[in-house]
Amino acid sequence: MPKLTIDGLEVVVDHGTSVLQACEKLGIEIPRFCYHERLSVAANCRMCLVEMERSPKPIASCAMPCADGMVIRTNSDTVKNARKGVMELILLNHPLDCPICDQGGECDLQDQAVAYGGEHTRSVEERRAVTNKDLGPLVKTEMTRCILCTRCVRFCEEIAGVSVLGAVGRGMHSEVTTYVGAAIESELSGNLPDVCPVGALTSKPYAFTARPWELRKTESVDVLDAVGSNIRVDVRGSEVLRVLPRLNEDVNEEWIGDKTRYAIDGLKRQRVDRPYVRRDGRLQPASWDEAFGAIVAKLKSVPASRVAALAGDLVDVEAMTALKELMASLGSPNLDCRQDGARFDTTERAGYLFNTTIAGLEQADALLLVGTNPRIEAPIVNARIRKRYRESNLQVALIGQPVDLTYSYQHLGEGPEALSGLADGSHPFAAVLKAAKHPVLILGAGALARGDGAALQALARRVAEVNGLIREGWNGFNVLQLAAARVGGLDIGFLPGAGGRDTRAILEGAQKGEIEVVYLLGADEIDASRLGKAFVIYQGHHGDRGAHRADVVLPGAAYTEKNATYVNTEGRVQRGRQAVFPVGEAREDWKIVRALSERLGHTLPFDNLARLRERMAALSPVFAGGEGLKAAAWRSFGVTGEVTAAPFAPVIENFYMTDPISRASVTMAKCTEAFVLSREGKTGTHG
Amino acid sequence: MAFIDRWARALLLGEIACGMASTLRAMFKPKVTINYPHEKGPLSPRFRGEHALRRYPSGEERCIACKLCEAVCPAMAITIEVAPRESDGSRRTTRYDLDMTKCIFCGLCQEACPVDAIVEGPNFEYSTETREELYYNKEKLLANGDRWEARIAANLAEVAPYR
Repeated sequence: MPKLTIDGLEVVVDHGTSVLQACEKLGIEIPRFCYHERLSVAANCRMCLVEMERSPKPIASCAMPCADGMVIRTNSDTVKNARKGVMELILLNHPLDCPICDQGGECDLQDQAVAYGGEHTRSVEERRAVTNKDLGPLVKTEMTRCILCTRCVRFCEEIAGVSVLGAVGRGMHSEVTTYVGAAIESELSGNLPDVCPVGALTSKPYAFTARPWELRKTESVDVLDAVGSNIRVDVRGSEVLRVLPRLNEDVNEEWIGDKTRYAIDGLKRQRVDRPYVRRDGRLQPASWDEAFGAIVAKLKSVPASRVAALAGDLVDVEAMTALKELMASLGSPNLDCRQDGARFDTTERAGYLFNTTIAGLEQADALLLVGTNPRIEAPIVNARIRKRYRESNLQVALIGQPVDLTYSYQHLGEGPEALSGLADGSHPFAAVLKAAKHPVLILGAGALARGDGAALQALARRVAEVNGLIREGWNGFNVLQLAAARVGGLDIGFLPGAGGRDTRAILEGAQKGEIEVVYLLGADEIDASRLGKAFVIYQGHHGDRGAHRADVVLPGAAYTEKNATYVNTEGRVQRGRQAVFPVGEAREDWKIVRALSERLGHTLPFDNLARLRERMAALSPVFAGGEGLKAAAWRSFGVTGEVTAAPFAPVIENFYMTDPISRASVTMAKCTEAFVLSREGKTGTHG
Repeated sequence: MAFIDRWARALLLGEIACGMASTLRAMFKPKVTINYPHEKGPLSPRFRGEHALRRYPSGEERCIACKLCEAVCPAMAITIEVAPRESDGSRRTTRYDLDMTKCIFCGLCQEACPVDAIVEGPNFEYSTETREELYYNKEKLLANGDRWEARIAANLAEVAPYR
């Protein structure tokens, strides 16, 4: 444990800590451009120079490991002059276009030039100009502004795992470029503008839209995948302009996926902003009163056993609680929050949670992926796996479609046969799992949605128990959910009651005419053609598949428009916060259900959020005591059964379009065209 | 004695005589009033009058939509919306609204402007019959700039050494 003196203050740090980190520990600010906590050290910007005793010249603090007895000075005249000199050199070729630069107002170079730079330039030379690169529809480049810190190069290589960026040339002629002039095919490329300390890489969809000082910031949670990334929603007026990541070491560190960041322009399009009622075969605008009237008239004429409810992927726990209570008061047991039709054992929480936790993956030393492609199902989880893979000898094996996961793995086959081999210990990878200290198994939610989902769940549990994935203080069994609403729905028990139907049975019943009313709470991923002649009530925020089939459409609020609770795949309870008001006549979802219950004569016993949350806490102890990770105890679960040999099919065809919001987004459509369709080959409609 | 002195002054109208002498002196001095609509007083080159958006000699508008004037305006009289221009993708305003009824003519907008686009020109005769006419939009401001460009440019050149 080296002990050193910085500006007269003594500090003891761990071995391998850099001088810059030691300074940060003391709260001393060291300016830097190329250094980034989560990237390797490049030490090429020289902005972090500090003075070290017995060193003839200033040292780069980011690359200098602390040693015992070091004496560092960060505020001497030498250091100030060094910084001023470095700043002058960096600014030699940096254009003076701050007024038209999107980074203006939140730019590291701007801030540090004011704090540490000189007053004016002495240079009379021409500045260099660099041609811009096309990095695809998400990242805009202005390479003349680049200060060659290479943070983007290191991000792509280390975090995103795609080696497309690199620095070429020397001296005046060096520049950052793509090796083959290709767009960056990564689900994390949206983080490049955040990583760039200047305005060389900026967000393309957000180009020129707003200045940072105009924005109102709301700290919220993402719902477009089951990770529940912590986000900051930036709003001007009534418009959501951008989403930025919020630091949470346990969930998303400081990264978010591209869908999370860029799908928000979908919040402005295809919105349901008023109730609609189907008359003469067409959906026609109606008032709330008329819409409720139509629902009440229908529900009064139908026995409760012929009424069903399905909850979608983006729904908050509050709305599901309200609808569950309403269904209970109507006397209908037909409800399900698994619109993908999954049938698995939901009695034990540990059976459907990501028990290891995302941060826990950083201890893993053997990893088995079953029927999942974390790269597109949860890019943030994949980034964690890659982080662990880079810093240790993580052995990864995959059962399912062979895909590029940004790290190498052993492919154990496409179907579940290998899983049976692992369950009885005969498969060679079982030895790897047994020898590992912290083995992990990740079961994809897509696998659970298969017909043999329950048997697969039981088989995976056997694999986990036989191979020592469950130990004292370590739970290596994980289910990687796909939908933000799923764990919350399972926790409050938005599931078939005694004798009730699940998703598949509801759809079958609707086709046969045994189910006459279906209440879709934001459920858009079901096959709407299978709803038969049923009277469909759709409550949601987008005019998507569900709304097209509906007989009554009730306008709900999107995730940026309500205070709501979500549970991520780890079982972490998180609250999203309202950033803007719902559009038009739309209302928060639980309020709609509450208002409808009053019209039906089954008034629900809560009329504010606090009372509703008390009810949630009564339904599941998970919701008592606010936000935070609610781990589950390991107990026996699963229904042993026959597992079919069919290979695991990819669950998400197109990462950029998985839900009503991203399907309505123009940016996501551009990404689909650039990254997905180009992979499949152009069709006849392409020019 | 004081009584006689006071009465003698009153009877001889001494104060009137002093006053008339002052009037007589003023009659031979140059006039300080002007015949306003026909005559105008001198203006400082730094005079802060009606706003204008300027163009470059090529006809290209100067404003680059940096929003610094909007940010600095203490009366919040300026509203700007930005989008990349369709022809070349450069940063331009799609809307530049200036509420002259809010403006306090502090001149901070022209101080903040990095390209001398928004300026307060020498025009002070822009009274209107309705308030609505004082809600200036981009066309109005650019038209002002075109009309006053010669005077504005001369004024800016004159004060340039001191800025």
